[in-house]
Amino acid sequence: MSLGLDDGLAGGTGAEAGGQDYLDGNALAGPLSEFSAGDLTVAEGRCENCGMTGVLATTRVYAHAPGMTARCRGCGSVLLRLTEAGGRTVLDLRGLSYLSIKRD
Amino acid sequence: MGIISSGFRGRRNKDQPGLPPGQYLTESFPVLSAGPTPRIDTAEWEFQLTTETGQSHSWSWDEFQNLPQEEFTVDIHCVTSWSKFGTRWKGVSLDTFFQDVDTSHPYTMFSSYGGYTTNLPMEDILNGKAWIVHQFDGEDLEPAHGGPARLLVPHLYFWKSAKWVRGLRMMDRNDPGFWETNGYNLHGDPWLEERYW
Repeated sequence: MSLGLDDGLAGGTGAEAGGQDYLDGNALAGPLSEFSAGDLTVAEGRCENCGMTGVLATTRVYAHAPGMTARCRGCGSVLLRLTEAGGRTVLDLRGLSYLSIKRD
Repeated sequence: MGIISSGFRGRRNKDQPGLPPGQYLTESFPVLSAGPTPRIDTAEWEFQLTTETGQSHSWSWDEFQNLPQEEFTVDIHCVTSWSKFGTRWKGVSLDTFFQDVDTSHPYTMFSSYGGYTTNLPMEDILNGKAWIVHQFDGEDLEPAHGGPARLLVPHLYFWKSAKWVRGLRMMDRNDPGFWETNGYNLHGDPWLEERYW
């Protein structure tokens, strides 16, 4: 199963999608740069709950909260949580079976 | 890049009585959420309390409505720095839910429809400190604000006041919940600025 780039979620801006209460996964690019010099939003991940795969840019990101929560577009499960809290950035990836990125 | 979204731009007033350190006062009621808003039919709603023995106590919506109701006004404080004074609620004290419950565990984990969790010590939810509320400002609580019912623990940061609450289980240790595992304080007292790890 693959996450397609349909329903206007992969606009590359991190903007709120179609009046929904979530952003597209490109919104993760800035804070994830704390962990990698490369762009992790192009990394492919697998949802631990339903097995759907896709790049982080296609996840649904809920950002009107104490941190950012990226959810699977297939089942809605939490894939990733990212907070900037007390001078540290905290990343929880337990909802992902893996993250994969192609080497040049 | 700051990633915390408070949903609000307000005015800081260090001399404002009742305003904890580092907070701004707002007249609006920002909506914060880590996921989509669940729509829960009150015919399906249930609140369940599970003790360390595995015994469950549950209340349907009608049973919840028939419990002694309290109306009260409190200030609320969000960890993203907004505070709102004089919010008016109606609901049932946690003391009422625990009246016939036999437990010796000192901690609780509340859970919500949608999967959110937050941990709370018993000493922070009993003796008139916490409620399950279903009305705000004289109206049924809107889904965006946690309706049909949410936890309200106004003396702690508002992430502790779990929206769409569906139950709690007793714990013998203070395990962290959704945000507490990810950088936020296990307790969350706004007057002590217990925001982070």
